[in-house]
Amino acid sequence: MSIVMTTRPPEAPSNKVASFKPTLLQTEEHHLCPGCGEPVAIRLVLEVIEELGLAQKNVSIIGHGCYGSFIMTMDVDSTLCLHGRAPAVATGLKRMRPEVAVWTLQGDGDMTSEGLAEILHATARGENITCILLNNGVFGDTGGQMTASSVIGQRTKNTLEGRDAAYHGHPIVIGNMVAAMPGSAYVARGSVHNAASIAATRRLIRKGFQRQMEKKGLSLVEILTMCPTGWFVPASGGADYMMESLGKTYPLGEIKDISASE
Amino acid sequence: MTMRLMDGSEAIVEAAIQAGLRFYAGYPMSPATELLEYMAEKLPHHEGVCINAATEIEGVNMALGAAAGGFRAASGSCGQGLALMQEAIAEAALNETPIVIFNMARNQQDYFQATRGGGWGDYRTITLAPKDLHEAVEHAQLAFHLADKYRVPVIFMGDNLLARTQMGTTLPQLDLEPLPPKDWQLDGTSGGTGKSRQIWTFGCGKTNDPGPGPSKHWERIAAKFDAIAEVEARHEQGFVDDAETLVIAFGSGGKFVEHVVREMRADGHKVGYFRPITLWPFPGDALEAASQDCKRVLVFELNAGQMIDDVKLNVRDRKLVKAIGGVSFDESGLNLGPLMDATVIRERIALAINGASQ
Repeated sequence: MSIVMTTRPPEAPSNKVASFKPTLLQTEEHHLCPGCGEPVAIRLVLEVIEELGLAQKNVSIIGHGCYGSFIMTMDVDSTLCLHGRAPAVATGLKRMRPEVAVWTLQGDGDMTSEGLAEILHATARGENITCILLNNGVFGDTGGQMTASSVIGQRTKNTLEGRDAAYHGHPIVIGNMVAAMPGSAYVARGSVHNAASIAATRRLIRKGFQRQMEKKGLSLVEILTMCPTGWFVPASGGADYMMESLGKTYPLGEIKDISASE
Repeated sequence: MTMRLMDGSEAIVEAAIQAGLRFYAGYPMSPATELLEYMAEKLPHHEGVCINAATEIEGVNMALGAAAGGFRAASGSCGQGLALMQEAIAEAALNETPIVIFNMARNQQDYFQATRGGGWGDYRTITLAPKDLHEAVEHAQLAFHLADKYRVPVIFMGDNLLARTQMGTTLPQLDLEPLPPKDWQLDGTSGGTGKSRQIWTFGCGKTNDPGPGPSKHWERIAAKFDAIAEVEARHEQGFVDDAETLVIAFGSGGKFVEHVVREMRADGHKVGYFRPITLWPFPGDALEAASQDCKRVLVFELNAGQMIDDVKLNVRDRKLVKAIGGVSFDESGLNLGPLMDATVIRERIALAINGASQ
């Protein structure tokens, strides 16, 4: 993956993940599958929100997917909205409460399948919201079916011989689409497949929220998350499988940062 | 304010803003388009926001977001546009987000989708159907009040005549009871306190403070709608005491019928009128009482028969009930047809009476 350059000194002493519970989680327990990448990604978002002093100045708009169960454990003002509509709900709230950091939590099924119109129009309007996309290329919550972002060759329960471009169409690379639009301020793609990628992703999330608070426009932070259950691989094999499959269609790194070009 | 001549759409927008509306998102569709145009023009002058949504689905979900933030919010459309909003209207009912939907209908074919709860789940939508601009100005205020009072979606059911007819109005303000502060609103301030807020259709609450869970939550919602039905039904009636024939109509149709019945009374006919002001809750008890001694109950609506179901459920004998309306559009298919005419309505009432006496 590309290295995110920074001249910024560390904001806090380094911590082992296991040694503390983020303030914005009511419990570390979750009911997602072994090897799932989503809890790690959500934890990163909550840590960043706290670091940026937004704990009592943020609202999450959550879509429909396995991550939705975090509405019960995230200690954040939250609503779980209709499938795919999070950027629209976030728009209404942010326009009326511009001082609050409003962020969406969506999967690839939620954002690129059901809700493609909402994310693109929110970008076109340049809404000052931060959209977190947990991309595992599969409908995990329903047991492993193809989404718009499933990669070519990916076996799912409704692409048994693998996704075939001629029959099932091509994956939608939403990050690049959003980055190509003038309303987006920051677009980056991270991953949680190893410690280094987790640390890098934290920085991407941080910039995503910073661009919102700077009123620069929409930020999208896509995070590749393991879904061994939905990929039909062993829990311990999720990370390798992910970088061999999704990682090739969705390369990691920053795609756009309008602040960097200023 | 002093009396001003306004078309219906403008008066409704003015009244809604006076009532505290601060967010509107909509998509153009005749005859709801002018409402969107006035919102776009006026809201920014009242610390409000109007967004030209990409779809009705996007618009109503934006309104849900603004309403979740504690602000009075609305969307609007008609017919097919209302159909696109039904999932979100159901969601508002089930997760208790107060929003108002201005349905400026082309005709009267939206009765079912307004009153039955067109989305998923056990809920109804309070539906206000004003007969003219004066009542519409009141309903624009009442809609937001009822939405906030019960934390429910409310449908304001207008039509082409209402939207595009000009009348003089002073925009009188209703004297409504004060409502408690919105202690549920998502203002973002509760994070990390252990008491963070949640708006969620499944009602499971948070780890620290579990909710009742889906089944009990939805039971409570259903019970809330039962309670609303007990107290919020509104109607208007006239000449019912000795009426042999009772004519029922809603919205603009109700105003036409009222006029025709007054004319026929002056000519000595024992005719009365009954107009549901709330289409849901349907004023069933009042209709039962008003129709108690009638020989016939006539239903005038510009559709193939929708409200007539509610009428049949609430009179002593459904065989007394006869439809005198029907599908009636103008040539464009976008506007009320030739049936919405006092002369035609009078002929149909007379035919029903004379036909019955032969």
